[in-house]
Amino acid sequence: MEALKNLQKSIVKSQIWKSIFRVGIPTDNRKRALAMLGNVVLHLHPIKVKKSGLRMSYTWCMGGTAFFLFLVETITGILLMFYYRPTVEYAYFDMVDLREAVAFGIMRELHRWGAHAMVISVWLHMFRVFMTGSYKPPREFNWNVGVILLVLTLLLSFTGYLLPWDQLAIWAITVGSNMARATPVLGHEGPGAALLQIGGTKLIHVGSDARFGLIAGRTIGNGTLIRFYVLHCVAIPFVAACLIAVHFWRVRKDGGISGPM
Amino acid sequence: MEAIKSIINFLSYPEWSFTLSLILFGLAMWSKALWTKAGGWIMLILITVFFGLSLFDPNFFVVVAKPDNVPIVMMIYIIGFFWWYAMYKAHQNDRRIEAGEPTFEKSESEDRIFTWPDLVFSEFICMVLLTVGMVLWSILLKAPLEEPANTSVAPNPSKAPWYFLGLQEMLVYFDPWMAGVVLPGLIIVGLMAIPYIDTNKKGNGYYTFKERKTEIVLFLFGFVILWSELIVIGTFLRGPNWNFFGPYEYWDINKVEPLVNVDLSEIIWIKILGVGLPGHWFVREIFGLLFTAFYFLVLPVLLIKNKFIDGFYQKMGPTRYYVGMFLFLTMMLMPIKMYLRWFLNLKYFVHIQEFFLNL
Repeated sequence: MEALKNLQKSIVKSQIWKSIFRVGIPTDNRKRALAMLGNVVLHLHPIKVKKSGLRMSYTWCMGGTAFFLFLVETITGILLMFYYRPTVEYAYFDMVDLREAVAFGIMRELHRWGAHAMVISVWLHMFRVFMTGSYKPPREFNWNVGVILLVLTLLLSFTGYLLPWDQLAIWAITVGSNMARATPVLGHEGPGAALLQIGGTKLIHVGSDARFGLIAGRTIGNGTLIRFYVLHCVAIPFVAACLIAVHFWRVRKDGGISGPM
Repeated sequence: MEAIKSIINFLSYPEWSFTLSLILFGLAMWSKALWTKAGGWIMLILITVFFGLSLFDPNFFVVVAKPDNVPIVMMIYIIGFFWWYAMYKAHQNDRRIEAGEPTFEKSESEDRIFTWPDLVFSEFICMVLLTVGMVLWSILLKAPLEEPANTSVAPNPSKAPWYFLGLQEMLVYFDPWMAGVVLPGLIIVGLMAIPYIDTNKKGNGYYTFKERKTEIVLFLFGFVILWSELIVIGTFLRGPNWNFFGPYEYWDINKVEPLVNVDLSEIIWIKILGVGLPGHWFVREIFGLLFTAFYFLVLPVLLIKNKFIDGFYQKMGPTRYYVGMFLFLTMMLMPIKMYLRWFLNLKYFVHIQEFFLNL
């Protein structure tokens, strides 16, 4: 015990440790404040929070869970990207390899179950925010950012659904993207599509409508796979990460965790 | 046992189960006893007993035990729990408000606590527990992988990802441009509009039911009944050809359901007036168009004076009132159309195939 304590002391007092953690383990209120200010991750939080907002019975920890799962998805997703090739020839067999050839491999499981859990936790976060009336002024805008993040979560999950390139994947995406045929004005089977024509030539047809733009072709194929892959791995996470930053920033700027006025 | 099963199968058919869930939803929102610890335990035990006993049924087990359906079973419990918990806290606070005491949140919100260590450590513990939970789940349950993709063999039923099954269920009652594009768009717009429509200043930052009954009942109706229940139906009770199957029914691919759906124009021009369909679409669909115009333009005006929503117009002002009403009426189109389908076989109010415009 004594030896461990000495070891801890010598680590905490070393120049390396002090260069990373300026404050050390806080022992008084001044240091508790400095610890929050001096750390890039911790400074997302204020120095002090409402006691009511600290309770899990109030927040259900759902926003935090959603963000944590976003990080889990990012990390497992990056690891999966090392092995996965988004082409019709390889995609499925890379999945089989991940399943059969990787000892103790659970990255795909973590990624898939994490995605389901993230969808549910985002819904519950919204539900909690609604039930506590936390969308009310001055937090109207942040509720809107949250709704967009909810949509992005669903889109992330939807685009990821195609990547295993198995029967479940392509038919779920077929069902999901068929609706885009009927987009008003922009889908070739949608109301008002006939409005967009020049001298009798239809501008909106099966090779140019909203569905074509979504799946990059008349049927789901290589083009769709690449498109969904880039959306899933780069484009949507980028937008989501930006909006998460805005979301957190606005929580602070709108007066911190909500509570009775 | 078989008799009970066939009764449950029968009651699960959407016309009965949806009616039942509307009644239960109404009772639940009105009840106070349900939102107590005893009420919560009774609900939990009832659901678990029903679920546990049902697992002995092979047809039930096959559908529920699919790895991708496990999260949806969890979702039923989680949403059920948090629904109960939010209402439990709300009723507790309501009693405090009634007794003139501050709410739980109020009694503590003046108190400021240092983020280090309280918040930082509870976040850390949450992360550790979540990590353990996710790893265990991933070890116990392999992520499914089906046959390689084959564009020429469609599985039956072909289902969208589970969180979109509510939308796929809407496809039964609405045309794709509504179910797939307009209504999902309006759900998003409607959610975003909430803070701007809701002018109630009370209930900001604490759980309460009494001070914002209308808002909460409407939101829960959308979230629990229309969104979550339709997902559960779409996942567990929709089988081959998107036919409806009771929880203990075998998913028979050859099950035939006669479809004799008719449009409003056919009901009126052929069945009631007996003159046959007029040639021009505008004349043919005049009743549907009038109904739609009445529903969205006249009904909100008529409802201003309704005693149930008395005072909303005065509180909200014309713009907020109309936008809110439009979104509310759009949401109610779903149950209205479901009932008209079940009991009148109504297909479309307006059916202008000339422009693909069907409502």
